[in-house]
Amino acid sequence: MFIVSGESWGRIIFTMAFKALQTLGDSTIYTVRDLGRMAVFLYHGLVGVFKRPFRGYELLRQIKFIGAGSLVVIFCVSASTGMVLGLQGYYSLHKFGAEGTLGSVVSLTLIMELGPVLTALMVAGRAGSAMCAELGIMRISEQIDALECMAVDPFRFLISPKFLAAVFVVPLLTALFDVIGIFGGYIAGVKLMGVSSGSYLQGMMSSVTNHDLQLGFVKSVVFGLLLVWICTGRGYFVREIRGAGFGAESVSRVTTQAVVMTSIAVLVFDYLITAVML
Amino acid sequence: MNPIVEFKNVSKAFVGRNGGVQKVLDSVSFTIAPGCTTVIAGGSGQGKSVTLKLMLRLLQPDEGVITVDGQDINSIGSKKLADVRTKFGVLFQGAALFDSMPVYDNVALPLRERTKMTEQEIRAQVSETLEKLELLGHEEKFPAQLSGGMQKRVGLARALQLKPEIMLFDEPTTGLDPVMTDEIYRLFARTQKNIGYASVIVSHDIPKVFNLADQVIVLDGGKIDVFANPEEIQWSEKKHIQEFVRTTMGEIYQSCNTEGR
Ligand SMILES: Nc1ncnc2c1ncn2[C@@H]1O[C@H](COP(=O)(O)OP(=O)(O)O)[C@@H](O)[C@H]1O
Ligand SMILES: [Mg+2]
Repeated sequence: MFIVSGESWGRIIFTMAFKALQTLGDSTIYTVRDLGRMAVFLYHGLVGVFKRPFRGYELLRQIKFIGAGSLVVIFCVSASTGMVLGLQGYYSLHKFGAEGTLGSVVSLTLIMELGPVLTALMVAGRAGSAMCAELGIMRISEQIDALECMAVDPFRFLISPKFLAAVFVVPLLTALFDVIGIFGGYIAGVKLMGVSSGSYLQGMMSSVTNHDLQLGFVKSVVFGLLLVWICTGRGYFVREIRGAGFGAESVSRVTTQAVVMTSIAVLVFDYLITAVML
Repeated sequence: MNPIVEFKNVSKAFVGRNGGVQKVLDSVSFTIAPGCTTVIAGGSGQGKSVTLKLMLRLLQPDEGVITVDGQDINSIGSKKLADVRTKFGVLFQGAALFDSMPVYDNVALPLRERTKMTEQEIRAQVSETLEKLELLGHEEKFPAQLSGGMQKRVGLARALQLKPEIMLFDEPTTGLDPVMTDEIYRLFARTQKNIGYASVIVSHDIPKVFNLADQVIVLDGGKIDVFANPEEIQWSEKKHIQEFVRTTMGEIYQSCNTEGR
């Protein structure tokens, strides 16, 4: 049986409080460092876009990988999203006898919200994870060190083409998502549920403004940059990330982390951009 | 002769995952003369790879000065750093080939990125190197399709492209069989004679590598001992060197004996 005097209780509490404070301080320092690292990374990635010699072939390769490679996924997700929106919208609007506004509801939802967000999430899952793993493996197998030893700037060589490709391709994929989604809504609403074709199209044309398109465009550009920044950055810094471990396992952990972080960042920025621009 | 690389009182420590500080180099000084071969020996985890990375500014020292051709590499801009780095050819511990490129593109990469040579001139030079290293016919293969020894040779071919003044070899023969090891060292001797670079070899193949050495650096517990030639080591008074001699030099006599037989 322990007999603990008042004095040593005090000591125990003091030690615990001290430990907690230390942990808090450590995490804070780590977070600030990590953010700083990522900010510098973003800067170099953007500057690298303008450095010569320009890596045109690599840019095309990345566009093919991020863009053409994502077409099937984007097609499936956008068609099903559009059709669900068409059906769901029809049932809700039918109650108020407002089926005529289906076209406007589907197109606005897709253009302003679902198109940019779902495209970014799909591309992050497909291409972002791959970019993160690629850079992570290049880092742990010293390929990035080897580039630096040859005085080849790894940003210009590896990262900036990915930046440029993503910022170019994600808005295009978003536009494609919107179009297929609106068409999916048309199939579900007009062909299946019998809303008149004229009112679906007319509703869409009269309600979607230039400003809505701009909002969707700005979102898609920002999301494209966010996803390529976070995914390549996490892979590039695989050695520096706390708790990632070593070797193959560190790459897998960091890749998971990159996709999760990108998803959260996309949703947060979705809200912020909407709040600022709407 | 002016040294090509000089370490002046260089210290480097790492903060471990649990907050402890691990001192890898503790006020270390040495020089490397042009055209000479330096062997860095020492147990695993004694900072051999760290020493090489410091020369390339892949790591930065906590204290001390590292100069390459008289320039303090840690106080120069990125343009000058690029010039300094192109003086080096590096063969990494794991070869560090770009594994999504075939052999040819790996070897041609430094020429494409750092010179204004035409694709034709590049092809000529790369083929010449590949032929010397007995790699002709493997240009289209990917690194994963090559054996360890071939990967090392591709790494060597890539490192030689920009005509380095100093070659760094990080454990070039670890994991290779003895026949391949001999072949790699013959290759070093031959290319060094042809090109005339200085070289720094990190290696455990004590008997073989000592035959090549003009200078031996032994790393132990953050301190170094520099020996002008391999024979000097045997007469050292220091305890850990004697220990080192006892565990490694034994092999020399053994290998001499077997050769004599
Ligand atoms: N980037 C790093 N971060 C933390 N510790 C490191 C790092 N690089 C090397 N170390 C530590 O420094 C020591 C020396 O490493 P290294 O030079 O690779 O050893 P070796 O002599 O076997 O090549 C090792 O104990 C290693 O744990
Ligand atoms: Mg090592």
